[in-house]
Amino acid sequence: MRILPCGDEALLVEVANLREAEELYGRLRRDPPPGLTDLVPAARTVLIAFDPAVTGPARLQALLHGMSPADVTSPADVTSPADVTSPATVTIPVRYDGPDLVDLARLTGLSPAQIIERHLRGRHRVAFCGFAPGFAYIAGLDPGLRVARRDSPRTRVPAGAVAIADEFSGVYPRASPGGWHLIGRTDLAVFDLTRNPPALLVPGTPVRFVAVGGAAVGGAAVAWA
Amino acid sequence: MTGSGEPPGEIAIVASGPFATVQDLGRPGLAHLGITRSGAVDRPSLLLANRLVGNLAGAAAIEITYGGLIVRFSHPGMIAITGAPCPLTLSDREIGMYAPVDVPAGALLRIGAPARGVRTYLGIRGGVDVPAVLDSRSRDTLAGIGPEPLVAGVRLPLGQEKSDPPTIDLAPLARYVDEPELRVLTGPRADWFAPDAVSTLWANAYEVTADSDRVGVRLRGPAMRRHLTAELPSEAVVAGGIQIPPSGQPVIFLADHPVTGGYPVLGVVVAKDLPLAAQCRPGQRLRFRPARQAVNGLPAR
Repeated sequence: MRILPCGDEALLVEVANLREAEELYGRLRRDPPPGLTDLVPAARTVLIAFDPAVTGPARLQALLHGMSPADVTSPADVTSPADVTSPATVTIPVRYDGPDLVDLARLTGLSPAQIIERHLRGRHRVAFCGFAPGFAYIAGLDPGLRVARRDSPRTRVPAGAVAIADEFSGVYPRASPGGWHLIGRTDLAVFDLTRNPPALLVPGTPVRFVAVGGAAVGGAAVAWA
Repeated sequence: MTGSGEPPGEIAIVASGPFATVQDLGRPGLAHLGITRSGAVDRPSLLLANRLVGNLAGAAAIEITYGGLIVRFSHPGMIAITGAPCPLTLSDREIGMYAPVDVPAGALLRIGAPARGVRTYLGIRGGVDVPAVLDSRSRDTLAGIGPEPLVAGVRLPLGQEKSDPPTIDLAPLARYVDEPELRVLTGPRADWFAPDAVSTLWANAYEVTADSDRVGVRLRGPAMRRHLTAELPSEAVVAGGIQIPPSGQPVIFLADHPVTGGYPVLGVVVAKDLPLAAQCRPGQRLRFRPARQAVNGLPAR
């Protein structure tokens, strides 16, 4: 663990891998130190923002250094960091009709049917959010499905598009540019400003993808651009 | 002044000027959902405007970019205008900045263009009462969350976000120097840069460019070169963060900054100095100097 300075109101903690970042985030979220104002996990880091009137870098550093490795790193038999925080599993119904399934088949050496099957089998969980409000980086992608982003991003990906890139799955909360491979779509609103919290996919949430048939589920179909 | 039983009225936007939005203290604590804090980019000026009219600290005000706002008041009220100093008239009578001013019903407030600084804050007793989104009335220009930027014809209801009548009648004017100096704590990613990058930052003045906005102050000057060229896995960034994209030209993040970024952050402007950056105009130059590590009592370890 490296504790990096990040201005006078935050520290950035760098860890070895995504799993350690999830563990550290989960631990600090469950037992927040006094003065915490924001806690932001990412792929290899957790940002700890604080109120300098209440706490300071020295105190937070001492707290972080005092954490035993077992507090932070994941024992081998823990299947998911989400098991500890136990937010309810979010089920995402997906029509697997994405326009990139053919390209992905070429890149992975799998058939589209095998890609879908492996995506359904994954033990997924939200690792962190970013890119846009409510856009969740959902970890747990089958290693056989890991491919880099598309060479040329699309200028417009419709809301509800289900996509994969690197070690993550994602659901576009609203129409935006995007460089991930589109494998399907969902009618589930993953982000809704009238809801509290507005994001359905918060860090630590276990996610289950389920395949649904050709008809739209409970709403209008998303048209592929 | 509005009595407690009376309706607080509304204001009508007659002209918005180049860019004006409703802002309060933003949406802190939601960054883990991908939602940035937003809120007034010059927070002390917003807080001062609210204090001068006896509002609660979190009342919403209008953030005016380069002046040009004209508003009409339906009811008697009270205003205070802070931030970048502008010529002001209230129904053709000159009024002053940084002081509470009583407004009669039907009055027309004209805010001219500031000679210095970028952003001016119009605080109105009771606050602007547009619907809150995630507990804030701030416009997040990057994510498109919160009330739309103001346009002529819009009417804004006023609220009851006030405490006791104001007790201060004049605050000192903020100083806007030609070449402000911002204190910076290096890191988190100073080690990703060539050894001379940090000294380049201290040694040179950087010019503010015209594409600066609420997301960030974009600068032009001697480039800062990276030492590590690997792709940085996306990580959280903070307001004040000095991010260096591949061009080597720094960007200082302001209130509407993205929650995460994929380019390394060389240093972070200390929170107290960030409003100075937010008030720098295109063409103006600014400088950086190292902040002592003892900021907030952190002993150098």
